[in-house]
Amino acid sequence: MTDNKGKVVSINGNLVSVQFEGNVSMNEICYVYAGETALKSEVIRIRGDIAQVQVYEMTDGIKCGDPVEFTGDMLSADLGPGLLGQVYDGLQNPLPILAEQAGWFLERGIYADGLNTEKKWEFTPTAKVGDTVRAGEYIGTVPEGPFTHKIFVPFNLLGSYTVKSIVEKGEYTVKETVAVITDERGREIPVSMSFKWPVKRAVKCYSERLAPVETMETKVRLIDSFFPVAKGGTYCTPGPFGAGKTVLQHTTSKYADVDIVIIAACGERAGEVVETLTEFPELIDPKTGRSLMERTIIICNTSSMPVASREASVYTSVTLAEYYRQMGLHVLLLADSTSRWAQALREMSGRLEEIPGEEAFPAYLESYIAAFYERAGYVRLPDGSTGSVTIGGTVSPAGGNFEEPVTQATLKVVGAFHGLSRERSDARKYPAIDPLISWSKYTSVIDNEKLDFCKGILHQGDEIGSMMKVIGEEGTTLLDYITYLKSEMLDAVYLQQNSFDLVEANCSKERQRYVTDKLVHVLGSNYNLASKDDARGFFNRMRQKFIDWNYAEFESADFKKAESDIDELYLHGEGKLSAQAEKLLKGGE
Amino acid sequence: MSVNKVYNRIESITGNVITVRASGVKYKELAQINTRFGKSLAQVNKIEGDIVSLQVFAGGQGVSTGDEVRFLGHEMRVSFSDDLLGRIFNGSGEPRDKGPALTENLKPIGGPSVNPTKRILANRMLRTNIPMIDMFNTLVVSQKLPIFSISGEPYNQLLARIAMQAEADVIVLGGMGLKYDDFLYFKDALSKGGALSKTVMFIHTASDPTVECMMIPDMVLAIAEQFALQNKDVLVLLTDMTNYADAMKEIAITQEQVPSNRGYPGDLYSQLAARYEKAVDFADSGSVTVLAVTTMPGDDVTHPVPDNTGYITEGQYYLKGGRIEPFGSLSRLKQNVNGKTRKDHRALMDAMIRLYSSYKETLEKKNMGFSMSRWDEKLLKYGNLFETRMMSLSVNLSLEEALDLGWKILADCFEKDETGIKSNLTDEFWPEG
Repeated sequence: MTDNKGKVVSINGNLVSVQFEGNVSMNEICYVYAGETALKSEVIRIRGDIAQVQVYEMTDGIKCGDPVEFTGDMLSADLGPGLLGQVYDGLQNPLPILAEQAGWFLERGIYADGLNTEKKWEFTPTAKVGDTVRAGEYIGTVPEGPFTHKIFVPFNLLGSYTVKSIVEKGEYTVKETVAVITDERGREIPVSMSFKWPVKRAVKCYSERLAPVETMETKVRLIDSFFPVAKGGTYCTPGPFGAGKTVLQHTTSKYADVDIVIIAACGERAGEVVETLTEFPELIDPKTGRSLMERTIIICNTSSMPVASREASVYTSVTLAEYYRQMGLHVLLLADSTSRWAQALREMSGRLEEIPGEEAFPAYLESYIAAFYERAGYVRLPDGSTGSVTIGGTVSPAGGNFEEPVTQATLKVVGAFHGLSRERSDARKYPAIDPLISWSKYTSVIDNEKLDFCKGILHQGDEIGSMMKVIGEEGTTLLDYITYLKSEMLDAVYLQQNSFDLVEANCSKERQRYVTDKLVHVLGSNYNLASKDDARGFFNRMRQKFIDWNYAEFESADFKKAESDIDELYLHGEGKLSAQAEKLLKGGE
Repeated sequence: MSVNKVYNRIESITGNVITVRASGVKYKELAQINTRFGKSLAQVNKIEGDIVSLQVFAGGQGVSTGDEVRFLGHEMRVSFSDDLLGRIFNGSGEPRDKGPALTENLKPIGGPSVNPTKRILANRMLRTNIPMIDMFNTLVVSQKLPIFSISGEPYNQLLARIAMQAEADVIVLGGMGLKYDDFLYFKDALSKGGALSKTVMFIHTASDPTVECMMIPDMVLAIAEQFALQNKDVLVLLTDMTNYADAMKEIAITQEQVPSNRGYPGDLYSQLAARYEKAVDFADSGSVTVLAVTTMPGDDVTHPVPDNTGYITEGQYYLKGGRIEPFGSLSRLKQNVNGKTRKDHRALMDAMIRLYSSYKETLEKKNMGFSMSRWDEKLLKYGNLFETRMMSLSVNLSLEEALDLGWKILADCFEKDETGIKSNLTDEFWPEG
């Protein structure tokens, strides 16, 4: 805390103007006093001796002349062991601790440390006295759940340092000094297991940024095969309400092939967070055999919590993600929903009386969205290992119309687009990602040529389907009708996936490849079908067999049995592999 | 502190907003203004140096620059006790019935949000004895659901029926921009139905000042929250949230805020969410369930009010043609409860909806002049029975009776194996004879 003080001169919603003396910096944190209660706030504009601050709480009861204290610090996150498994609000206050202090409600002006300062952690030094270290290099480790948590030289120290002393292996709290390092001029700097980092600045303590090429498995077939996401990549999921954005993210948070998942519930329903909180501690992470909660951090600033801290919550989340990336871990950040974050920007912009852009969003909306997604990445760390932050954001476009500023600004910067459609969700086709409008720039888990073959069938099927609406089934040729049935079958047995069934929801890439080959075989064959009724009957039966197959554990006896049922039906239909499919399948071997 | 400090000079009057020069005034503080038409409350909504803006509850009409403004030193509050039950108030918290004003145990309104870690997963069914709700889109305790509707639909009748029949300890009804005859209807229906003694009403009618409309949801929800903390299951009924949003729009435009979408303020989502999120099931205490009518101008679900609402709430009931439509309607929480009601509940629900959807297709074919097969005839008979005996809003049946009726309708129209229901269920529940 600096001695810098000010006083309130105007109040408009959560925007308060403060007359100050001395120096104030942009984005500095200050406390506005409403009576005895100090309310955390952030400087967002400075003009002459007036600073405009956004208060992270309700501003009721503040009056002109009320004192303001400036801290000299920017909004920061506490980084150190003990973040995993936590449930924070947007300013990194642990919600269970707030509940202990304040009871049912989130009373304003109550803040708590992001890290438990009393818990002792078993520290093992890895640096020796005399070693030269830089910011982002580690001097020791601590076991945290299933991970080895690295203790870093704080990211904000510039230049190189010499280790002057370091403690023995033993138990320490996050605030105790575990090492003393000296800078080039011999100044001593104590280092503990935790430090602060300003959340709006990206952590850049890595050697180089690599291209995101490794596919991040989500176990959702439609994503991994058709519209994949890469580790260190970005993707967005826009869709109207009720299309299943949150359910899709929930599934991804359970099954994604990453080390750590950070869920940023940004301006959405509290009930959904309660669902995760109830469910996750009970679920087992197949990779570590431990509770799913041990690899999860929840940052929860639900819709009725103050808007300014909603804006901060996405930055807090991405900072924690970058911190774990620095340990050589793969982190997935799921933000639901980025539109609510953009709306928080819009509310503040309106109060600041800035000239509005499209739909009253501020002119800097695009650059803010781009800067946020740019914090994703696959990096090589100083010790040669690699780590990544992958960002997936949902977008809630007004009226489900993608031609709106947030969706459009997001599409410019992400590497994959999973567009959810009202038609698919109304038809109960889940996940409701529309295969005809979605795209991805990343590498699929299945072979590209097979993927193109499947996409071709979908597009042809769609064209024939729309034509059939005009000319009726009678006017469609048998050949076209069969193509249509094939595309319907592909949709039903591969694109749609039941996220509530344990086997079906968790479809590995090996299985996806295996099933795709079978599909190329079945869809790439000609059959002896005399009429449309015959054809419909045949593909209905085939569809049912594939669905049964999907529900069987991979490579189990049931799986083999269901597969042989498919083969039998194939023979029964006198299937003959087309030359195109034959070539595709050969190429894959 | 400037409690009861009096000012006699109003600097500006724009719409419902006045400004005075005053010091020591707190943000959101209340003031009382004496005009030639009587007293009105006013609330501070902006302070710039010594210029204080207030929105006048009774509206700006007739306010004179020389009128007296007296600051009260506190925010908007509402009295809470069991004496509220059976009473009717307006948007300023004054009695609308002939009962006494209540001034004890004052609670602030628009309080902070519940800590998410203090909530529990919604898992109790709230029975309404309306089959389209209980059986097909079960309402769950602590759920927040809008009733999407167009003007002219009997949404207030539906709310009144739910108020009378729902299994709730306390009902709090908030009327915003209510037509006076609708207000009388509610009063009449609830007293005839015997539910008045467990009901509190906060009513703003269409002829009352706009600012009072904006106070209704916060008053209603503050009261509901207090009852819930006393271990009561509270059902909040709000009608109509579109009027509430329009009142916000009016005030925002008057104060020269930049509008975002069709004139609504940029914080429409946050404002609506702050109210709807008051729905809660407290760990170890009571609950608040919210049902709110949202009329859709021009039956357009992409209009900003229903659109933002849809993103906030846990599904919606879609009232169309005097019936709760099974297709547009959705209770997102129903699967939390409908697996433990009766074992045939889910299967029967799915089968009846599937067949109803086939009926709709057949009806389309019939209207286009195609000939009807025997199966089509069966579907037509089924659709007709389903609509008159199940969907009609006048049907009043417990869930179990509704399930039994469902089986009976199926048996009247189909053979067992035509229903697509698993045979162990048809064996057990198929009516004999």
